[in-house]
Amino acid sequence: MTELAGAEAAIEAKPDEGEGGQVLRTRRGDAWRHLKQKKLFWISMVLILIFVTMAIAPWLFTDADPREAVLSEARESPSSEHWFGRDIQGYDLYSRCIYGARASILVGLFSALGVMLIGGVFGLLGGYASGWVDSLVSRFAEIFFALPLILGAIIILTSLPDSDRYVIIVFKVVAVLVVLGWPSIFRLMRSSVLQVKPNDYVQAARALGASPWRVVSSHILPNAMGPVIVVTTINLGVFIAAEASLSFLGIGLKPPTVSWGVMISDATRAMSSAPHTLLFPAIFLSFAVLSFIMLGDAIRDAFDPKR
Amino acid sequence: MGKYTVRRILQMIPVLLGATFLIYWMVFSLPGDPTAGKCGERPCSATYIAKFNEKYNLNDPLLVQYGKYMGNVLQGDFGESQYGIPVSDELKERFSVTAKLGAMALLFEGVIGIFAGVLAGLRKGGFVDNLVLISTLVVISIPIFVIGRVSQIYLGVKAGIFPVTVSFEATFYELMLPAMVLGSASLAYLARLTRTNLGDNVKSDYVRTARAKGLPETRVIGLHALRNSMIPVVTFLGYDFGALLGGAIITEGIFNIQGIGGYVFRGINDRDGIVVVGAVTALVLVYLFANLIVDLLYGLLDPRISHD
Repeated sequence: MTELAGAEAAIEAKPDEGEGGQVLRTRRGDAWRHLKQKKLFWISMVLILIFVTMAIAPWLFTDADPREAVLSEARESPSSEHWFGRDIQGYDLYSRCIYGARASILVGLFSALGVMLIGGVFGLLGGYASGWVDSLVSRFAEIFFALPLILGAIIILTSLPDSDRYVIIVFKVVAVLVVLGWPSIFRLMRSSVLQVKPNDYVQAARALGASPWRVVSSHILPNAMGPVIVVTTINLGVFIAAEASLSFLGIGLKPPTVSWGVMISDATRAMSSAPHTLLFPAIFLSFAVLSFIMLGDAIRDAFDPKR
Repeated sequence: MGKYTVRRILQMIPVLLGATFLIYWMVFSLPGDPTAGKCGERPCSATYIAKFNEKYNLNDPLLVQYGKYMGNVLQGDFGESQYGIPVSDELKERFSVTAKLGAMALLFEGVIGIFAGVLAGLRKGGFVDNLVLISTLVVISIPIFVIGRVSQIYLGVKAGIFPVTVSFEATFYELMLPAMVLGSASLAYLARLTRTNLGDNVKSDYVRTARAKGLPETRVIGLHALRNSMIPVVTFLGYDFGALLGGAIITEGIFNIQGIGGYVFRGINDRDGIVVVGAVTALVLVYLFANLIVDLLYGLLDPRISHD
């Protein structure tokens, strides 16, 4: 058994060295070289870095308390003191925009990762096992796929009991997005596993006596992950926007949680008299969504063999 | 074709049952109170809850409850709203408005999206291409409720070009702005889809052959490249119609349109579980049937799809 593992390791190691000492160009290396030259990639990376810093350490950007309402200055226009002005409750908009990043990014990140994990595991299972396991998982996924995101979310969120705790409020929204979002990644993972499975290197690993776990983890998974990673990146943006839509409907995040969706929802009530209350959170939200979609697009282009 | 149709319809039955069961289970079995909001801001009296449970069979085992509910739905009975109006009556009245809005949004996104996509796809890397790519990216990243509210305020209230809200009659003119808002995100996806497909096809061998044998450019593009690029585009439009009907909730809420989406919106605000479950079930049924029809039509459009 140890000999076999050793032989396999030798086969795996070979492509990296290449023949005759030449540097062999791998697909991943090619993609990275292409990615490095793309302006859009760097722009989106910088934007994402800024938003993530905002989410982790909002106090680096502002001293103002996002929950301090000064009613006498409500609806105040942007000024040198309060860069984005104040909203109808008298909250400082700039600090709320900064602090709002945390909830939005948390929801986007956890939902996208959850969807990737559940959809990925089931997709791997369905694609690799085939037969009745595949049929069962596929039918199961179809049922969830039949529920449109907003409609399904409305049903789940209106039925769950209300709560005031930050963790639970965020977790509920994440859970809803994961439950309704996983079938799309499932389909993607399943079809790309089906594409990778018949390849010679997979058959060779099997013939060498590798266990199913090893075949999946070191041969199938790395080669089938590409499209899933691209869509997960785009999903991050999509789920941030979905959280805002749910909060707008009044069933997503709720005050006292500070999020861009909640801010926009508040702002729409006072829009005609104080349009700046809508403008700033909408800009933050759109840029966050945009940066993740752009990053996903750039990665997709880099891996596209037709490029 | 006949065999395929039958198989596709048979396949739909478990999905239909599963999805409706899921909805039913979530509304009535998740920890939460189905009578919340039925009696205004205070909790309902014990007698009311007992009567409510009796009426909607909530004391039976879950599967029996669901069976009874679906039996009623099949007979067109979706229960009653908290005002005592049958949900099915409301749905019937409102469906035409939602369908009209969906059709207008589809027309809007179809015409402009395909046109922009064709312009961009014919000259990849050109000025128009970059313009289309950037503007679609912007539209995709701004959430629909921001687009809706901003256009309502600026085009409706301030500029006065479009009506701000929609009356019960829901005329063509009143629905124009909501339809544009509803179709905006799909328009962006459609333009990108058309662009990618046309861009790939323009480079393909059969287009080069068509050019080589001396066909005029309009015929090369119009007949050969464009026609083949349209298959995924038409499919997208078909699926999107189902999605537009189901996804109109936010748009209908913003513009106060008396469609099914607006009904769901109000149901949420009133915390009326029966209304929400009825209307959402109806929308999911419409969505699934729209997808079924597209799947069946798909074979007619693309002869390569075998239906045996």
